[in-house]
Amino acid sequence: MEKRVLTIFCLIFVLVIAACAGRQKNILETTESQVKLRSMQSRVFDMSDHNRLLRTIIATMQDLGFVIDDAEESLGTVSGTKRSVYFLRMTVSIRPRGAHQMIVRSNVQFNWASIEDPEPYQHFFSTLSKALFLEAQPVE
Amino acid sequence: MKLRRTFKISVILICLSSFLACQNKILREALTLSPESLKDRQLQTRIFEGNDEKKILTASAAVLQDLGFNIDETEVRAGVIACSRERDVTDPKEVVLSIALLFLGIYLPYAEKQKVLASLVTKPLNQKRIAVRITFQHMVWNSDHVLIKNEQINEPEIYQEFFSKLSKSVFLVAHEI
Repeated sequence: MEKRVLTIFCLIFVLVIAACAGRQKNILETTESQVKLRSMQSRVFDMSDHNRLLRTIIATMQDLGFVIDDAEESLGTVSGTKRSVYFLRMTVSIRPRGAHQMIVRSNVQFNWASIEDPEPYQHFFSTLSKALFLEAQPVE
Repeated sequence: MKLRRTFKISVILICLSSFLACQNKILREALTLSPESLKDRQLQTRIFEGNDEKKILTASAAVLQDLGFNIDETEVRAGVIACSRERDVTDPKEVVLSIALLFLGIYLPYAEKQKVLASLVTKPLNQKRIAVRITFQHMVWNSDHVLIKNEQINEPEIYQEFFSKLSKSVFLVAHEI
């Protein structure tokens, strides 16, 4: 009887340890390679004005219905959340590439999943490109 | 037997592909400008005369505090203030209704907690004008702690009231009141 209780206890202990290890493994897990992710989440823009690009990204996110949660100008990061029947959380970062170009990188989380499909990023960058173009050519 | 298994696999595959198609459609719509985006921008934006962006941000933070918001993040160089406000929104009428229905054997939870999130962004348009845009979203949980509302607030009255208060606050800050 005692032996059986001990076996059950050991089994539960092993299961708990295994479950914890499983959760910890998920913490840094992605389905795509680092290079592939960077490539689908990044675009190069021909401009050097860091502040203007960051402000245009913020305005574009607002146009898309995001509430800005955080922004940091010196580091060049913006995070926002769109609340609807779903949660869409996005972080956009910018960094210079040479003297005349900037790299914009965005990563999106949809509900509890990371978006690792290129299509949604293409839509975002297309919207951002239009906003930058419209800003560069004021109608007024 | 083999036919039944094939049928089951097909049903699973169809469900999975329609789920992925649905998710892609949602993401496409979420990351592309909608026809309403221009209307929303007009509703959420006001132009103020002047070129002192910091003064407008100070006046905005004061209004948000007047309205009971807590400032979560600020970044003056990007013109951003992020804030939120949490409240108990229990309506006694809903509680009475919920209790009355319980006697009839019907369980109906009522709205209990609300979190309003807002981001205010300033943007200099030229040397004389600054645009201020605020976006509100809110989340409501019921008495079972289940999220029942999660959406952008689009009522024009709310934005009009905020900008009316902001105009006064800009005046008060300008006169150091």
